[in-house]
Amino acid sequence: MDALLKMLSDFNGDFEDSKPSSKSNINKITGSEAVLESLIAEGVDLVFGYPGGAIMPVYDALYNYRDKLKHILTRHEQGSVHAAQGYARATGKVGVVIATSGPGATNLITGIADANIDSTPIICITGQVPSHLLGTDAFQETDVVGITSPVTKWDFQITSAEAIPEAFAKAFYLARSGRPGPVVIDITKDAQFAEVDFEYKPCKKVRSYFPYPKVDAAKVNEAAELINNAEKPFVVFGQGVILGKAENEFKTFIEKGGIPAAWTLLGLSALDESHPLNVGMLGMHGNYAPNKLTNECDVLIAVGMRFDDRVTGDVNTYAKQAKVIHIELDPAEINKIIKADVAINGDVKDVLPMLTNIIVNKEYGNWLKEFKKLAEIEKEKIINEELHPTKPGLTMGEVIRIISEKTNGEALVVTDVGQHQMIAARYYGFKNSRSFITSGGLGTMGFCLPAAVGAKMGMPDKQVVAVIGDGGFQMTLQELGTILQSGINLKIVILNNDYLGMVRQWQQLFFDKRYSETEMVNPDFVKIASSYNIESEKVSERNNLEAVIEKMLASESSFVLEVKVEKEDNVFPMIPTGASVSDIRLE
Amino acid sequence: MKEEFTISIFTENHIGLLNRVSIIFTRRHINIESITASESEVPGIYRYTVVVNETREQVEKVVKQIEKQVEIFCAFYHRTEEIVYQEIALYKLPTAAISNGLGLEKLIRDNNARILSLEGEFIVIEKTGHKEETQELLKKLQPFNVLEFVRSGRVAMIKQKENLTHTLVELEKTHHSEYKN
Ligand SMILES: Cc1ncc(C[n+]2csc(CCOP(=O)(O)OP(=O)(O)O)c2C)c(N)n1
Ligand SMILES: [Mg+2]
Repeated sequence: MDALLKMLSDFNGDFEDSKPSSKSNINKITGSEAVLESLIAEGVDLVFGYPGGAIMPVYDALYNYRDKLKHILTRHEQGSVHAAQGYARATGKVGVVIATSGPGATNLITGIADANIDSTPIICITGQVPSHLLGTDAFQETDVVGITSPVTKWDFQITSAEAIPEAFAKAFYLARSGRPGPVVIDITKDAQFAEVDFEYKPCKKVRSYFPYPKVDAAKVNEAAELINNAEKPFVVFGQGVILGKAENEFKTFIEKGGIPAAWTLLGLSALDESHPLNVGMLGMHGNYAPNKLTNECDVLIAVGMRFDDRVTGDVNTYAKQAKVIHIELDPAEINKIIKADVAINGDVKDVLPMLTNIIVNKEYGNWLKEFKKLAEIEKEKIINEELHPTKPGLTMGEVIRIISEKTNGEALVVTDVGQHQMIAARYYGFKNSRSFITSGGLGTMGFCLPAAVGAKMGMPDKQVVAVIGDGGFQMTLQELGTILQSGINLKIVILNNDYLGMVRQWQQLFFDKRYSETEMVNPDFVKIASSYNIESEKVSERNNLEAVIEKMLASESSFVLEVKVEKEDNVFPMIPTGASVSDIRLE
Repeated sequence: MKEEFTISIFTENHIGLLNRVSIIFTRRHINIESITASESEVPGIYRYTVVVNETREQVEKVVKQIEKQVEIFCAFYHRTEEIVYQEIALYKLPTAAISNGLGLEKLIRDNNARILSLEGEFIVIEKTGHKEETQELLKKLQPFNVLEFVRSGRVAMIKQKENLTHTLVELEKTHHSEYKN
């Protein structure tokens, strides 16, 4: 017990030791300044946000910090949070959002839920009514911590200025360590006004939080044994590879093992698509071969992924013939959906080198041929026509193909949700990690435009292309204002089919073509762009498509390209909901 | 098959944590039979005891989701045979019940209950025991005109020597906290 008490009190030194603090470290500043100093101490130089009553002291302090902290004023708080997500996904750093209480905070919820399900490190700072008014239904009071608890990794309300540095240190540590996720810090207005002796100590540990399990070598041996004796091993990988910054370790692993590997939507771009062992996309609109052969492999090695139902289809018929190895950092994901024969709980960056070390260098010529054979069928039945259509109407696929060719597969592509999202994922041909950003787990329409703004701000030297549907564009198009004001150079491609296309496809296939509320009468997108002073063009003919795409990519400033595509095209292959991965349909 | 499980959760003492724990159950449509909270033998670490009727598989998943919460140290689930547990019940009766000749005194003695308080017009009887026992006494007391009845949630301990201290030491040994960038 004594030893434990000692250990626990050591934990209370959660925060980096900074000796008897030298006087210069301590100075009285306001809570608002402490918020900004904390951000600066964590290396933040860019925040996204929107002001309002309960956060005004922070905005007032920001006025004096303009040279150190750049603030991007979005046109809606949802835009701020998606921008922070895009920034975080593109850079691997923590995205920061500032919003006011009440409606400001509730407007963040969609993005927070999105960041939670897609493991994106962001911190949302919300203003709150003064502490003496808490619980009184004061003007613009909402229970932010109560509302965000189900969709955050951690949330916390600050009611005194002294609590600010420690809460921020903890927030940053929690947002980015272990399995990353969103953190909300709600600060009452009186705490923003009050004074504090500011001293910042980065957080290194939270005593009740165990983010990184030490890898059990015995489990790694068991996994290696299975892999070494396999005849048809198959790797399925997810965003864990990217979040763990383990792209190289992953590549070395599959290369030594000679194992074909397929990606989930969020795993996309972790492995160069031209790699000979990259056999494509898993799941509902993924490739034919990896879905079919999931039910043929003898050892299934899942790396940093969580068996989302869009990936597995019917779980009762998913890879039943295979021994399953699951390498995953979050213990709650293990055996949640698919029972693992060997579960290795740990950071993929730690696990993969251990495993690579003890697996045999192998090649599986015949097994790879099976993938090639099925890929050939998919190519003939679907891909050729999608990328090089013989019919007059433009396809989404040919637009993505041309953008890919002109950017050499090296642009950062951000998408919205729908048919265009699946087409972009399927056909862009990504070369570099973190170059595909999309809303996966939540499937949030309206994500793309603000997320692309954030991605571009994080990666200003990259060509960033936003691929959006006509529906999703109209959910957050006000962020064109953010583009106008910030002057960034972002390429926006609206694939306009005048439909909520993905829903229409389901209506066609599963609801007797009853197109209930999916047809859209759309505005003139070119006029909208030009009213924001953004260069814009509309293309509806194949003959000038390539030239306009070239023009867009070469432009020195932002550009909106509307492409009128075939109205009733469908995305195939497709695993109907509830069907098995091996029942994937080609038409 | 659903059966009764007792879940013990060790936590920081933080506002909002109980909400985080309870939404894990409600989100999965699991009804909480009872819940209690108190400080554990380690100062500053609290324990919740939650009783649910669920399948082992579901309980196992729920416990992992609970442990995933930042301010939860650890959580365990046990079948009823694996624990020693207790509940307490209070019964309010009119004072006249003592002398109405129906044998209240014998009933109290036979059931290992006791009179906790005599408040002029009414008395409060206390009984500790398992739910069936306190429920049984309620039935027997009904003829005396029970004015009020309340039962606590379950408190429980496992029939093993290992305790929180042991678990925390293990967790420290098998994990590290360092964020590598
Ligand atoms: C916020 C939100 N509302 C509704 C949906 C359901 N939904 C999924 S895809 C889709 C259609 C999207 O249409 P559009 O943006 O035009 O893209 P397309 O499928 O036509 O490429 C809808 C309505 C969603 N994913 N998100
Ligand atoms: Mg559309």
